[in-house]
Amino acid sequence: MKTVLTSIKLFLFMTILTGLLYPLFITGIAKVFFSEKAGGSMIKQNGIIIGSELIGQNFSEPQYFWPRPSATNYNAMPSGGSNLGPTSAELKKEIENRRKQLISANGGNENIPADLLFGSASGLDPDISPQAARYQVDRILAARDLDHSLKTLLLNLIDEHIERPDLGVLGEPRINVLKLNLALDSLLKVRK
Amino acid sequence: MSVHDFAQLIIYIVVLVLLAPPLGQYMADIFGGRRTFLHPAVGWLESALNRLCGINTDEEMGWKKYSMALVWFNILGFAAVIVLQLLQKWLPLNPQKLGNVPPALAFNTAVSFMTNTNWQSYAGETTLSYLTQMLGLTVQNFLSAATGMAVILALIRGIIRKTALTIGNFWVDLTRSVIYILLPLSLILALILVGQGVVQTFAPAIKAVGVEGTIQEIPLGPVASQVAIKQLGTNGGGFFNANSAHPFENPTALSNFAESLAILLISAALVFAFGIMANARKHAAIIFVVMLLMFAAGLTLSLYSEYSYNPSLGVQTNLEGKEMRFGVTNSILWSVVTTDASNGSVDAMHSSLSPLSGGIAMFNIMLGEIIFGGVGAGMYGMLLFVLLTVFLAGLMVGRTPEYLGKKIEAREVQMAILAILGTNALIMIGSAVACVLPAALASLANKGPHGLSEILYAFTSAAGNNGSAFAGLNANTDFYNIALGLSMLIGRFVVIIPSLAIAGSLAAKKYSPPSTGTFATDNITFAVILAATILIVGALTFFPALSLGPIIEHFLMRAGAIF
Repeated sequence: MKTVLTSIKLFLFMTILTGLLYPLFITGIAKVFFSEKAGGSMIKQNGIIIGSELIGQNFSEPQYFWPRPSATNYNAMPSGGSNLGPTSAELKKEIENRRKQLISANGGNENIPADLLFGSASGLDPDISPQAARYQVDRILAARDLDHSLKTLLLNLIDEHIERPDLGVLGEPRINVLKLNLALDSLLKVRK
Repeated sequence: MSVHDFAQLIIYIVVLVLLAPPLGQYMADIFGGRRTFLHPAVGWLESALNRLCGINTDEEMGWKKYSMALVWFNILGFAAVIVLQLLQKWLPLNPQKLGNVPPALAFNTAVSFMTNTNWQSYAGETTLSYLTQMLGLTVQNFLSAATGMAVILALIRGIIRKTALTIGNFWVDLTRSVIYILLPLSLILALILVGQGVVQTFAPAIKAVGVEGTIQEIPLGPVASQVAIKQLGTNGGGFFNANSAHPFENPTALSNFAESLAILLISAALVFAFGIMANARKHAAIIFVVMLLMFAAGLTLSLYSEYSYNPSLGVQTNLEGKEMRFGVTNSILWSVVTTDASNGSVDAMHSSLSPLSGGIAMFNIMLGEIIFGGVGAGMYGMLLFVLLTVFLAGLMVGRTPEYLGKKIEAREVQMAILAILGTNALIMIGSAVACVLPAALASLANKGPHGLSEILYAFTSAAGNNGSAFAGLNANTDFYNIALGLSMLIGRFVVIIPSLAIAGSLAAKKYSPPSTGTFATDNITFAVILAATILIVGALTFFPALSLGPIIEHFLMRAGAIF
């Protein structure tokens, strides 16, 4: 009986300590020192939240850089991948469809980077590879009725937005699609 | 693979090997009752808890009393998580106004978090309120890990005590694990994670109006505090459905490194703590080397498989279910780390890995998660194999085996076998039943051998208390919620209770000094026999099932088949 009583008391205090005080303490520190990050790294435009820097969102209009395919179509409620296996006929068909669509949307260019063919794990991957961004430049120029001489401008914009591996070695070089598209819009606005 | 890929792997291994010994020393100091640098800061918390709960730190428990305390404490954890889920609609901190969780799912989740499995049949962001996540799941993340640590401490005392009736005090072991080890490390990791962009807030989900005008609802929550302990405590249950692949749980390659390191850190350190406490440093170092080599072997095979051409899909690089910030190498590293430990969080979807990479993940769990393994659980699981090895070596020379000065007799071997075969039987029986039930087969997302792998993985993950999944399987059905819930429950205690029984039985024995005939446990011969024992038990039990799942899928993939 004493065992049960001690159990109950210790469990209650442990719950308060690890389930209440600990998360509250972290929340407090986060609020003071990392307010924006703790709140989801949201990006605002004219006072409206247009998304999170960390959460991928869908772009399907030809004048924007497109993100990776997503099993949830960038719906974050809930997140998740396709979970299709390495011998899945369904996955094979999806890849074929994506390949066809990308080739026809990008002027017949068959050199498609792998990340544009495969869906991410979270369905919310905010990044694409630098190659995947470069692959889409011609389409964007055409869709925005821009002269082909501006291609270098866009390629430079892509290069500026490559995020290098952390500490020079961890992770892969990548480009945040939302940030790149916002930069693209503002760059072209300035030029007009 | 490039130099860059190898560099990342080497950095991971070097940092792990450098951090484990000092942390092990620190843990040995804590559990040995010595004063450490943290005592001035949090020592008062331990005394306060002891006073408030009426814990007498000098009181000693026999193995039965120790087990009873452990079981009661776990029952309370189970009850708290289930009640929070069944009532969350009416409780505070539920900004998304999520409804109560259905009973079968609530049962599954409560067992899952109590047993350090953290299998998830639900999607966190659309199922559980902030209160349930915090007060239910975060708490169990701490307490189930501390429970694991208490068991290994009891087992170590069984080894070092002579003709003793007791194996320690469960309350003291549990409290110290939380206050001096899990909580301080979680504070550090949580703050690192917030600094990288992991969210930590009580604000409700935000509706963003995207650049193209699409509305996207973005979930938030007290995530960093939960993710930190989910990794350190080898729990693995994600705040969100995509687990550590979700950008809000794991936003950068740096957060990925810190989290994957945290998964193995405490378990690796515990090997050294064991060596210090049992006064068998060289023996512990040999065990560490065996673990490290098995880890490296699994990693090598998994990387080789994932980097090979896939004729079925006709692609060289399969990025399905992987995130760009991590890439292939980090995704594979994580899949090996998380299944060597009993963690089970994922940063890439295991179901979409190449057949052998997914198979390695499964096999790691089948071996009993003793390659570093879960917090506490990895080390006591490994010691069961050590006992078995010593016993087999004794059989070969026809002499009663000894281990660290204790005779190993029928009872210890029976208990070790019960624990090892108990989990293995659960996996095989559970999978076999699911394979013939139409209701269970209806949950499969993939056809062909991959379908069998989904079922096999689910029962392996549950019985082994891992929690990762071939997540195409729709496990949120009454059958899977209950069958997997029971697997987790039995899989946890069929190892813990025999381990404590061994602790009690060893403690009662007198010291048998080593003689010339004693089988040495601190040399290469022992390392080889230990590794062979682990692999033979695992392979003999699971090879037939694995050959029908991942292995045949590998060969069919090589022939270009699709299902």
